[in-house]
Amino acid sequence: MAEVFVLVEHADGDIKKVTYELLTRARALGEPSAVLLGGPGTAALADKLGEYGAQRIYLAEDAAFDEFLVAPKAEALAQLVSEKSPAAVLVASSPEGKEIAARAAVRTGSGIVTDAVDITPELVATQNIFGGATVVQAKVVTGTPFITIRPNSTAPEAAPATPEVEQVSVNVSDAAKGARVVDRVVEAKGGRPDLAEASVVVSGGRGLGGAEHFALIEQLADTLGAAVGASRAATDAGWYPHQNQVGQTGKTVSPQLYIAVGISGAIQHRAGMQTSKTIVAINKDPEAPIFELADFGLVGDLFDVVPQLIEAIEKRKA
Amino acid sequence: MNIVVCVKQVPDTWAERTLSASDKTLDRASVDVVMNEIDEYAVEEALRIKEAHGGEVTVVTMGPTRATETIRKALSMGADKAVHLTDEALHGSCVVQTSDALAKVIGTLEYDLIILGSESTDARLSVMAALLAERLGLPQLSLARKVTVEPGTKVSIERQTEHGYDLVESALPAVVSVVEKINEPRYPSFKGIMAAKSKPLTTLSLADAGIDAGSAGLAHATSQVEDFAARPPRSGGEIVKNEGDGGVKVAEFLAGSKLI
Ligand SMILES: Cc1cc2nc3c(=O)[nH]c(=O)nc-3n(C[C@H](O)[C@H](O)[C@H](O)COP(=O)(O)OP(=O)(O)OC[C@H]3O[C@@H](n4cnc5c(N)ncnc54)[C@H](O)[C@@H]3O)c2cc1C
Ligand SMILES: Nc1ncnc2c1ncn2[C@@H]1O[C@H](COP(=O)(O)O)[C@@H](O)[C@H]1O
Repeated sequence: MAEVFVLVEHADGDIKKVTYELLTRARALGEPSAVLLGGPGTAALADKLGEYGAQRIYLAEDAAFDEFLVAPKAEALAQLVSEKSPAAVLVASSPEGKEIAARAAVRTGSGIVTDAVDITPELVATQNIFGGATVVQAKVVTGTPFITIRPNSTAPEAAPATPEVEQVSVNVSDAAKGARVVDRVVEAKGGRPDLAEASVVVSGGRGLGGAEHFALIEQLADTLGAAVGASRAATDAGWYPHQNQVGQTGKTVSPQLYIAVGISGAIQHRAGMQTSKTIVAINKDPEAPIFELADFGLVGDLFDVVPQLIEAIEKRKA
Repeated sequence: MNIVVCVKQVPDTWAERTLSASDKTLDRASVDVVMNEIDEYAVEEALRIKEAHGGEVTVVTMGPTRATETIRKALSMGADKAVHLTDEALHGSCVVQTSDALAKVIGTLEYDLIILGSESTDARLSVMAALLAERLGLPQLSLARKVTVEPGTKVSIERQTEHGYDLVESALPAVVSVVEKINEPRYPSFKGIMAAKSKPLTTLSLADAGIDAGSAGLAHATSQVEDFAARPPRSGGEIVKNEGDGGVKVAEFLAGSKLI
């Protein structure tokens, strides 16, 4: 079977869940080889990759992967693709993943399809475009197909294998050492899942009326183990960080459950959430367009409904 | 500080957007078009850097004839001149081809900094800054929510991340892309709109830009759309009015759907 590359996404000494999703996808397309690039110590992550069926691991450790933005990884990935000629390269559709894939595609004379949510054995990718309003089937027709896949679009399934680890020597060029990462600053973490990877997202909008009321959204999110999102009205007002914005100029999410609280459902907000599996809306205006999308809509004041909802969930959990 | 800003004309997101049935490319003809919103922030950032450090701002766009409207907007905001790459043969270009074309055009200009929007609302690829950096052999400083320039020496940005930001710096010249929280774009003033009319605009064809016709456009795109369809509208949702037990009703729905 043909080799299919999976670029491992990892952070803070942990493999990101999306990597297991990619390995699961890759098994349906061929023989998965994980490409593991990182600073010294990254080798420790290799074990976990076998659990999801990696047959081979290409490992390169170089401080430059951490110290410089994107380019060193793109260079190493392109080098490996040229040497091994895989049938396809799967990369997470994260900001960094897309940038690495795009640069490596150009370096290897290949094409790229981003944000796939499905791939056929013939490597035809399904994408949701125009904010999810249109579904497209697209294919790379030049070089090695680079396909970036949306987190949360595949259920990761374990399939234990004992991968062979191949140490790869890479020579990161000076040209790739242009953009130096001087510091990584964590502003807010709070132990909640990442928006793009979360299976439940609770979002708040202008209806909350102020930054202080986002505590209510966070509380609901925490009872559900959810990530917190926000509409642009809320992030523009400075009530919640821009990183959490859902929509056309924010994140696109596709969780099992999306709860929109005090959000009207403008087309640009829908663009980031309308492919969610189940949508629940809480809004006091029965005419709010968000109700057109909702599997369950509650017309009412969020300040009455949400506290009661939190209590009801807690009660069921107990 | 000479700055190149890449702006793109896109279908208005308030409008119904479709692919054309004949060749499965974005239908740019039958919709209202606007400057890609984030590109206004890119123009604004370029103008602020120019105002602080001097120099010229050059707008670059690749797109159909009517993309001049978008160029005019950037010029009326205060950019100094513009280059418009436009040619029928470019129709249907993929991102790999577009990056090649833009890099060739930018290669003929003088610049210390290239600024882009973080992503376009039609393609949403969010990779153009990375690709231009790759093609021009320049440092990539993408997804900036803040840009600080020390003319002649370096540029540093706050790159937005999931939980905060990365502080990233490089020598000049460099490629920067900006996210929408970076600034508040100005509205063109009446004076600006009038002045824009006489600012230099260079129009380039494929051949002018030195792009090989044998590699351009839909026929040579590195990826192809095989099929497309409108997503069926969601329906069958249940809408309930709060009668004092709204929260409980939502919890019942979630439990019934096995979501809690
Ligand atoms: C180019 C462009 C890009 C954009 N990108 C994005 C984007 O990425 N993400 C995004 O979200 N928006 C985006 N927007 C903005 C979008 O058009 C809307 O303005 C925005 O989504 C509105 O946010 P909202 O729903 O929170 O606010 P509103 O539209 O003001 O809605 C607030 C809602 O809260 C309800 N409400 C008020 N009080 C209560 C209460 N006590 N209880 C219950 N309900 C209550 C109201 O009935 C109303 O429906 C973009 C716009 C443009 C032009
Ligand atoms: N045809 C184009 N002409 C000029 N700039 C472009 C073009 N396409 C993309 N860009 C720039 O690249 C950014 C990201 O676009 P994209 O990668 O398509 O999401 C945009 O915000 C523009 O600044």
